[in-house]
Amino acid sequence: MKWLATIVIVASFALPPFFAGDFYINLASQILIASIFALSLNLLVGFGGMTSLGHASYLGIAAYVSALLTSRYGFGHGAAAMLSLSATVVMAALFGLIALRASGLGFLMITLALSQVLWGLAYRMSGVTNGDNGVAGLTRPAPFGIPLETPASFYWFVLFIAVLSFLMMAIFVSSAFGSSLRGVRDQPRRMAALGFNPWLIRWITFVYAGFWGGISGLLYVYYHKYIHPSALSITSSAEALLGVIAGGSGTLGGPVVGAAVVLLLKNFASAYVERWNMLLGFVFLFIVLVMPAGIVPGVEKLTARFRGKRS
Amino acid sequence: MQFWIIQGLNSLSLGGLLFLLSSGFSLIFGLMRLANLTHGAFFMLGTYFAAVALRSFEGLNIWITALGVGVTVAAMGGLFERLVLRRLRANPLGQVLVTLGMSFIISDACLMMWGGDSIPVPTPRNLQAPTRLFGFVFPTYRLVLVGCAIAAAVVLYLLLERTRLGAMIRAGVDDSQMARAVGIRVSNLFTMVFALGAGIAGAAGVLGGPILSAYPGLDADMLPLALIVVILGGIGSLPGAFVGSFIIGTIYTFGTALFPELAYIILFLPMIFVIAFRPQGLFGRVIA
Amino acid sequence: MNASRSDHALELLSLKKTFGGLTVTHNVSLSVSPGERRLIIGPNGAGKTTLFNQISGDLRPNSGVVRLFGRDVTQLPPYRRAHLGLSRTYQIITLFSGDTLEHNIMLGMLGLRPSRWQMCRPLSFYGDLATEAHRMLDTVGLLHLAGRPISDVAYGEKRRVELAMALAQKPRLLLLDEPLAGLSNAERSTVKSLITSIPREITIIMIEHDMDTALELAETVTLLDYGRVIVDGERDAVIADERTREVYLGT
Repeated sequence: MKWLATIVIVASFALPPFFAGDFYINLASQILIASIFALSLNLLVGFGGMTSLGHASYLGIAAYVSALLTSRYGFGHGAAAMLSLSATVVMAALFGLIALRASGLGFLMITLALSQVLWGLAYRMSGVTNGDNGVAGLTRPAPFGIPLETPASFYWFVLFIAVLSFLMMAIFVSSAFGSSLRGVRDQPRRMAALGFNPWLIRWITFVYAGFWGGISGLLYVYYHKYIHPSALSITSSAEALLGVIAGGSGTLGGPVVGAAVVLLLKNFASAYVERWNMLLGFVFLFIVLVMPAGIVPGVEKLTARFRGKRS
Repeated sequence: MQFWIIQGLNSLSLGGLLFLLSSGFSLIFGLMRLANLTHGAFFMLGTYFAAVALRSFEGLNIWITALGVGVTVAAMGGLFERLVLRRLRANPLGQVLVTLGMSFIISDACLMMWGGDSIPVPTPRNLQAPTRLFGFVFPTYRLVLVGCAIAAAVVLYLLLERTRLGAMIRAGVDDSQMARAVGIRVSNLFTMVFALGAGIAGAAGVLGGPILSAYPGLDADMLPLALIVVILGGIGSLPGAFVGSFIIGTIYTFGTALFPELAYIILFLPMIFVIAFRPQGLFGRVIA
Repeated sequence: MNASRSDHALELLSLKKTFGGLTVTHNVSLSVSPGERRLIIGPNGAGKTTLFNQISGDLRPNSGVVRLFGRDVTQLPPYRRAHLGLSRTYQIITLFSGDTLEHNIMLGMLGLRPSRWQMCRPLSFYGDLATEAHRMLDTVGLLHLAGRPISDVAYGEKRRVELAMALAQKPRLLLLDEPLAGLSNAERSTVKSLITSIPREITIIMIEHDMDTALELAETVTLLDYGRVIVDGERDAVIADERTREVYLGT
C-alpha cells in the first residue's frame, strides 16, 4: 500500500512535461528546486535537531558564485558549478565551526546573524554583486550539449538532479552515520559516552546539508537566470524552514510536500494579493499553532486511524 | 578631527539605540528562554508611529510620543505574549517560528500602510541647532540620544536591582523553577517582561526615527545588529547588552564610514572572536 | 611511560569540582585494581554521580587527575574515554526510546567501530552487529523483545537494556549508576545475578543505594560524604568502621 502510493507519487513527477502548459512545468521545476533546498535543511532540523534560520546562505552563495563566474569572468558552466559548490562547502564548514559552538536557540541566532551578514554583503558590496539590481542576463548550462532553454527540457534536468539528491539524502539519513546523527539529536551525552563524537557528527552533517543547499542554489540560478540579494534574505530561509516544518520535519517526504505547499501558496496567492510576506507570517502562526507535527505525519496519523477503524 | 568626533558621536548614538533594542531582547531571552525575532519589527513599528504622529501633529513633543508609542507597542507585545506565545511555552522552536511569522506580518503591514518610500521623522525643533563644545560642532539630537540611552540603562539597572519586580525577574532568570517554587507568578512576570521589552523597542524606534527614518526593511536591518550585540555581550546580561551595543555601534558606524562595502564583514569579526573563545559572551554565564 | 601505574584500572588523584561556591568533589583520591568490584556509597548529595561524571568525562574537574589504565585522561572528552574501554550506565534512563531494543544495542556497539562514519550502509545491514546484539539481549533475557521499541517495554526491562548496551561495548571498566533503582524484588535478583556473571576482565565500579544487594556484589567499598572520601577499603572493614555508622546514623 505504502509502496504503491510511493510509486504513484514518483510517477506523477514525470507527468507535467506531457500534459501541462509551460506555466505549470515551470512551477513544477520550482517546486523540485525548493524541495531539494528544504530536504537539505531537514537534514539539520529534522534529523540533526539543529534548527537553522540561515540556510539561504548556502543557496545564495552557490547561486552568486556561479552567476558571477559565468557572467563576469567567462567561466564555463561546468567549472563554475564545481567552484561554486566548493565555495559553498568551505563556507558551510566555516559557518559550522562558528554556529556549532552553541546549540538550540543560540545556534539558531548565530545562523540567523551569519546569514543576515551575507545578505547585507550582497546588498552593500555592489561593486561585486551589483547590489540591489542583482545579477541579470545569465545563461543555463547545456550538459552534454543538450540545451535546457525550454521549460520541459529544464524540468527533466531538474527532475534528474532532484531524484539524485533525494536518493543521496535518503541513503545518508538511513546509513549508520544517519543513525548516529539521530542518536546525537536525541541523547548527545549518551552518544558521547558510547564513543561517538557528537560535535564532529553535527559538523559533518552541517557541511553536507550546506552542499545540497548549494546544489539547489545552482538550480535556482539556472532557473531564474537572475540572482538578487533577496535569495539570501531571512524570508528565503524562513520559507524553507516553513516547508520543512509544515511538511513534517525528520521525515523524507515531508519537506517535499511542505516545499510544494509553500511554493503553490506563494504562486497562487501572488495572483490575488500582493502580500506574500504577511500570508507567510500567518501560515507560520497557523502551522505552529494548529499542525505542529506537520502535514505528512498528520496525514499518516489520520490514515492509521482510518485503517484502525476498518480492521 | 571633526570626522572622528562626529563619527564617534554617531557611534555612541547608534550604540544607545542598539542598547535600547537589545536590552529588551536580552531580558526576554534571559527570563523566558525565548528568542524574540519580532523585536526588530517592534522597533520599526515605533519608528513608523513616530513618523505618523510627528508629521501630522505639528509641535508634538518627541518624548511624549516615545512614551505613548512605547506604551502602545508594549500593549501589543503583551497581547501577543498572552494570546499566542503562552500556548507554546513547552515548544521553544514553535515560539521562535511564531515570533518570526509575526515579524513578517508586522513588516508587511507597515509596507501596506505606509508604502515603500522612506519617511523622514522630523528632529525636534529645539534640538535642531548644533551644539558647540570645546570648539567642535555636535548635532544636538544625537548628544541627547546618548544621554537617553544612558538614562535608560540606569533606570533599567535600578528596576532590576532595586525593585520587587526586578528581584522577581532576576530570580526567574536564575532559576525559573525555583522562582515558581517560592510563589512568583511566573506567567504574569513573563507577560510583563515581554511587554516591557517590546515597549522599550518601540520607544527606541521613536527616538531613532530622526536619525534612521522609517523605511521598509528597517526591522531586518536592526534585528541582526541586536542579535550580534547579545551574542557578543552574553545572552540575558544587561551589562553585556550595554557594552556590546557600544562596541557594535562603533564598529558599524566607523566601518560604514571608512569601508562602506566591508562594514558587514567587520561587524562579523568581534562576534566570531567572542564565539570562538567565549561562547557564552563577554558577560554571559555558562548555563549548566 | 607510566608503565608502573598501569596496574590500576582507574586512578583518581585529588579530584576537585566546584559549582559556583559549592564544592561537590573535595580532593577525592582513589584507585581501583583490574577486576575489582567497587561499590561507592554515601548519603544523597554526597557527590557520587558527580564523581562518576568526572570519571566518564561528562564533567571536567577543577583540578586533579583521572587516570584510566595508566593513561592520564583528565583532558579527554567522553567519547575518547569510551574508546579506551570505559562504559557506563545512567541513573536516569536515557535510551533511544523510539528505536527497537536491538537498534539501541547495535548503536552502542557502533560507537566503538570505524563503521560509525559509514554514510552509505544502513545500520540494519550489519549482520555481525545484529548477531552480537541478539546474543547480548539473550544474556539479559530480553531476546524475545528485540524488535520492540524501547517505549513499549517496562521500566525494569529498560534497566536491563542499559546494562546490555554497556556490556555490548566489551568495556574494560564499567561504571554502573544505581543499576537496581526502581526495580521490583524479582527484577532486582535478575539484575543482581547478571552483574555477578560479568567476567572478571571487566572492572566494575557501582553506585547503589540498595545496600543489602549491593554489598553482596562488592568486594571493596568507598564511602563518600559531602564530596570527601570518608572511608575506603575492604567491604567488611568499611562496614565495621565507626565513621560509616556516623555518616549513616548521624551520631
